[in-house]
Amino acid sequence: MTEEIKLMKGNEAIAHAAIRYGTDGYFGYPITPQSEILETLMAEMPWKKNGMVVLQAESEVAAINMIYGGAASGKRVMTSSSSPGISLKQEGISYLAGADLPCLIVNIMRGGPGLGTIQPSQADYFQTVKGGGHGDYRLITLAPNSVQEMADFVTLGFDLAFKYSNPCMILSDGIIGQMMEKVVLPPYRERKSEAEIRKESPWATQGKLKGNKPNIITSLELDPEIMEENNNRFQAKYRKIEETEVRYEEFHCADAEYLLIAFGSSARICQKVVELAREEGMKLGLLRPITLWPFPTKVIAESANKVKGILSVELNAGQMVEDVRLAVNGKVRVEHFGRLGGIVFTPDEILAALKEKIINHE
Amino acid sequence: MKQEIIIAGFGGQGVLSMGKILAYSGLMEGKEVSWMPSYGPEQRGGTANVTVILSDNPISSPILNEYDIAIILNQPSLDKFESKVKPGGILLYDGYGIHGKIKRKDINVYRIDAMDAATEMKNDKVFNMLILGGLLKVEPMVKLENVILGLKKSLPERHHKLLPMNEAAIKKGMEIIQKV
Repeated sequence: MTEEIKLMKGNEAIAHAAIRYGTDGYFGYPITPQSEILETLMAEMPWKKNGMVVLQAESEVAAINMIYGGAASGKRVMTSSSSPGISLKQEGISYLAGADLPCLIVNIMRGGPGLGTIQPSQADYFQTVKGGGHGDYRLITLAPNSVQEMADFVTLGFDLAFKYSNPCMILSDGIIGQMMEKVVLPPYRERKSEAEIRKESPWATQGKLKGNKPNIITSLELDPEIMEENNNRFQAKYRKIEETEVRYEEFHCADAEYLLIAFGSSARICQKVVELAREEGMKLGLLRPITLWPFPTKVIAESANKVKGILSVELNAGQMVEDVRLAVNGKVRVEHFGRLGGIVFTPDEILAALKEKIINHE
Repeated sequence: MKQEIIIAGFGGQGVLSMGKILAYSGLMEGKEVSWMPSYGPEQRGGTANVTVILSDNPISSPILNEYDIAIILNQPSLDKFESKVKPGGILLYDGYGIHGKIKRKDINVYRIDAMDAATEMKNDKVFNMLILGGLLKVEPMVKLENVILGLKKSLPERHHKLLPMNEAAIKKGMEIIQKV
């Protein structure tokens, strides 16, 4: 049977997709603009149908540590928040990464720094792909640009997290979280049984069972030589992810003379900019990184051989542009355009910035 | 076909729910739709607006420079959005909410006294459905039967008894809208 097309907010799509994926537990704390995730899960009451736990924790810090516990026992667990709440979770995220634990974290970004505004922003790019928490770790980072991808990336995010035993982040913002669009939700799946978890994740702490030796989950290692080995293991895993899991989308890139690079909601707005520019006869293309880490460095480096200039369009003061410049390595002009603090750019503003900073600068 | 619409007024006037019903109607008609609210701390009395796009093709940006249709329900919204209607586009306003003059000469302006009609019907809750009726009269972008289906989809089942009243308000709105 084909699934019905539904109309819903991005936040609601994440909640429904989580239930359908067979998620074992959600632990969160309300904050605008992502509260509909927790609200929808509570309204759907999945614990009555398949035993999924939905819990409003006493704080964001408590929620991320519940994720640590759930993930350590091999369960599919997730949390969500918005920028200030995600800052609170950073210690826990570093611990999850340090203990090789798979989980899904959702950040529906809002304007910062501090408590900031509740309007959309993409200013947590650095926090997500460069660290946030302490230590040499990486988060697999997915940037959805539609309500459909909000639903799809729950499945993809969990699958990647378990494939590599690593935390995965869905990095979105108030635009995609709050807007309603058509969506086809994934099919229902059963939650994994304890026996399936034992088979799939033999490292998990599942209680004292006859014949099995105890598993220990920790990020602590007092012997620096062993800790360096652990780090080398993490780095080997990260290199493999960089080789295998880069995802991006090209829009009118084949004959492009100029290129926009944007992710998530900004990429949607930039699609319109490409349409407007092409009406004016300008050969403009858009490259949309879908994974922000691993970053599509190779394809951006290649495109630098073909285009005259690149504008990185972000709802921040210039963050992803640094990774674009590293990829381009000085071959062509790379500039940044952004709006800050919760203000969203219009297609016209972006087109004007492209002309001013790139095209008329030759 | 593509319609890019802004609906703007005070919080509590039913701006967001009118947009939602329009989006659901488009869904019933098999169109691509997007519904993007301004989600500031708007409650009753604050300003609220929503961008609704109905299209036969996939929708790129949910954020727009200018609109085919602006539905303006209070003066601050007129000040903000009058200049953003495309030349040849439509500006539809409620006579009660607007006290300034419409300056644009290159757009089609319609007035609907929906607040007065809602008062007459002794039901201020149907205000937004009167406006929606007026809109569908001047720009029949979705069939009335699909609007009713859309209403049904967007209203929780316990409110389905209100459907006939809303349908009546949509039809009334179609009668009372006038070209300026």
